[in-house]
Amino acid sequence: MRLWLEQRPERSRAMSVISPLIAIALTVIAGAIIFAASGLDPLRALFIYFVEPVTTLWSIEELIVKTAPLVLIGVGLAVCFRANIWNIGAEGQLTVGAIAGASVPILAPHWDSFLVLPLMLLLGTLGGMAWAAVPALLRNRFGVNEILTSLMLVYVAQYLLDWLVRGPWRDPGGYNFPESIEFQAWQSLPTLGAGRVHLGALLALIAVALLFVFMARTLKGFEIRVSGEAPRAAAFGGFSRSRTVWLCFGISGGLAGLAGICEVAGPVGQLQPSISPGYGFIAIIVAFLGRLNPVVVLLAGLVLGISYLGGESAQIVLGISGKTTQVFQGMLLFFILACDTLIRYRLRFGRRPGAGTAGAEQAP
Amino acid sequence: MSETSTDPGYLLEAIGIVKRFGDFTANDEVSLSLRPGTIHALLGENGAGKSTLVKVIYGALQPSGGELRWRGRPVSVANPAAARRLGIGMVFQHFSLFDALTVAENIALALPGAFDREALAARIVEVSQEYGLPLAPDALVADLSVGERQRIEIVRCLLQEPRLLIMDEPTAVLTPQEADQLFVTLRRLAGEGCAVLYISHRLEEVKRLCHHATILRHGRVTANVDPTQETAASLARLMVGADVHEVRTEARESEDAVMLAVSDLTLPAEGPFGVRLHDISLEVRTGEVVAIAGVAGNGQTELFDALSGERLAPAEASVALAGMPCGGQGITARRRLGAAFVPEERLGHSALPSLELSDNVLLTRHASDAEMVHAGFVDRPRTREVSERVVRAFDVRTSHPNPQASALSGGNLQKFVLGRELDRSPRIVVINQPTWGVDAGAAALIRQALIDMARAGAAVLVISQDLDEIFEIADRIAVISRGELSGTHAANSIDREGIGLLMAGAHETGAASGERAP
Repeated sequence: MRLWLEQRPERSRAMSVISPLIAIALTVIAGAIIFAASGLDPLRALFIYFVEPVTTLWSIEELIVKTAPLVLIGVGLAVCFRANIWNIGAEGQLTVGAIAGASVPILAPHWDSFLVLPLMLLLGTLGGMAWAAVPALLRNRFGVNEILTSLMLVYVAQYLLDWLVRGPWRDPGGYNFPESIEFQAWQSLPTLGAGRVHLGALLALIAVALLFVFMARTLKGFEIRVSGEAPRAAAFGGFSRSRTVWLCFGISGGLAGLAGICEVAGPVGQLQPSISPGYGFIAIIVAFLGRLNPVVVLLAGLVLGISYLGGESAQIVLGISGKTTQVFQGMLLFFILACDTLIRYRLRFGRRPGAGTAGAEQAP
Repeated sequence: MSETSTDPGYLLEAIGIVKRFGDFTANDEVSLSLRPGTIHALLGENGAGKSTLVKVIYGALQPSGGELRWRGRPVSVANPAAARRLGIGMVFQHFSLFDALTVAENIALALPGAFDREALAARIVEVSQEYGLPLAPDALVADLSVGERQRIEIVRCLLQEPRLLIMDEPTAVLTPQEADQLFVTLRRLAGEGCAVLYISHRLEEVKRLCHHATILRHGRVTANVDPTQETAASLARLMVGADVHEVRTEARESEDAVMLAVSDLTLPAEGPFGVRLHDISLEVRTGEVVAIAGVAGNGQTELFDALSGERLAPAEASVALAGMPCGGQGITARRRLGAAFVPEERLGHSALPSLELSDNVLLTRHASDAEMVHAGFVDRPRTREVSERVVRAFDVRTSHPNPQASALSGGNLQKFVLGRELDRSPRIVVINQPTWGVDAGAAALIRQALIDMARAGAAVLVISQDLDEIFEIADRIAVISRGELSGTHAANSIDREGIGLLMAGAHETGAASGERAP
């Protein structure tokens, strides 16, 4: 008697819905064990981590502020990953997007026009696209693995930002702090309502809607899905792989850049050495938890948003390390990837038919 | 090896081996006896059951019936490790080597138990020199030629001092010089008392090297012969069968328009297992079925890709469809010229297993059917309608109206894939191995559909290994061997023996065509 995996004839649709829920449940259970091992009451700790952040209006607004960039980036990555193209460098594209967009208020601080903000958003998007174009070009021209190049460019982007805010773009009246000038009202995103929720949340919703229709209804979306699933079939269908690489890096890089400028023109309000708590990386988890489906990505973004808020409140209330956030995020990704096996396979107990030779059996 | 040389008995006997895969019988009561010190050929077309038989002997497959005897005693070979313990080594056609490791590391990985690096390297040098297989233990596999990689596999077997060495089409990947060197090694091994089971379909080679030959056809043994006493022609007849086939062809009008023309197409090989295409010329006219026969791996896939536009030709003029040169144009442009393509592989090439049938329709018809995509948006009711029409017209058995392609059996999926293309009423049809892995009922339907298509005025090019199929549907026949195409012969002017000779490469040397039947 033993446990083994049997391949399903078709991908299980039920399991692709249930799998992320199992993953979340396993993450909570594992989290409880970690809390208990740290000498905390696991139930209270979980309550503070997962429930308290959504009990007050203030914290719900804060959740939306955190979720907006995750969704904006995650929805682009979902498209990219669908094509089996691994843009791991959204954090860098976010950073360059922020720099490109912020160049307007920093280089022309007194230009007050209704054009300023749209121009910032446009430049932010283009900046992210440009940064994403580098791995796309290297991949298409030289066959370089895009996982490595996109990831390494994150650090290049972060040093570029660091140099700018410590050097040429430092606020002259800023007491030598490594920060740019603070943006004025016309250089910042309008808030929705009285709180901190800003236009970025709306942009995220629009991106979700557009990409949902794009993936589900258009030939290009079909092309992306086919290209990821079976490159040979995509070529047989007449779809160019390099065109797909360009398109996917363009979409995901552009949205990451947009998220970047929305952060600095929104909650951050200026350029700083650090403008994102790893949104570009956590959006990878959002994309997977969201089944690479734009609409589900929205829900997944909320889950990961809670993990940020919960981490902060656990740090304050329980006095545990802020790294707990990353532990939870990492466990969640791990459990999602493990549970996704169940979409293609089902668990079986007992003897395997034709044990010992089953692996070698194949048609002649 | 004095013990074996005085033993008059057999080293290995396979008695009445039966192997079934579902309804398909790959080996039907196959018997084979090997003496120590002999090189024994296993001859047959692809699909004749050679690989299945050796996998049974090597323990990679379990027989459904029959018995194996090793030195007179019945044995059951549970897995390849058990076979190696008996003293059976096998060199596969496709190597299992790690490119990033050295020769010695690759060999060490395959040896049971612990080992001493230094001693192993010394042993490798010793064995490889002794058998004329020079190898540097520290060389990286990635830097080695295909012939050298094969040597690693052989040395890996020899280190375990086998009594029986199975070689699966070893010369398929070798240059003639490398092949000559291999023969020296094999003769030397046989001289030391090792038995060699040599799988091939190259008749000249078998005549030169082997002492005995067992010939398989459709899973059965058709003959046990001494190849040195046979001619290539008589071996070919045994391989492809001598049964007279009723040939039904009307000679076509020669003024019919040429719809598919290949002229002097030459393409280099891609990768170590690729086949180069050399100077291929061919014409297919409206209303006729032209078939290309040949053993798998002789350039069929490469030719198909060059015709479909999945691989572009350097010269625009080397491929012309419906009179338009299009060698440098992709598959979409060629479809727009009225061509339809059906590749050999269904899952992951002609169809996506995880997509619904309606999306599989979209895969190849998004550009050729104007009404399927409007301003970038897919017309789903339309794709479903076409999909359902194909399912009805080609009798595709499905559990629900629009299942994922992976839920269909091989025969049903092939009917769907062919139907998807024929539903467009193409002017040119190119199909590779139309009934590979397909049940008899579906195969009959597919062949009939191809004939009907041609009679309705399309030009049909069929690439197939199945001679029965070719004689059933073709008006003209050409043979591909090592990337070279013979001239075409009217189906009623050539018999199986002639085709068998062409398959074995009779036209390669420059002879314009194979032996014509009287």
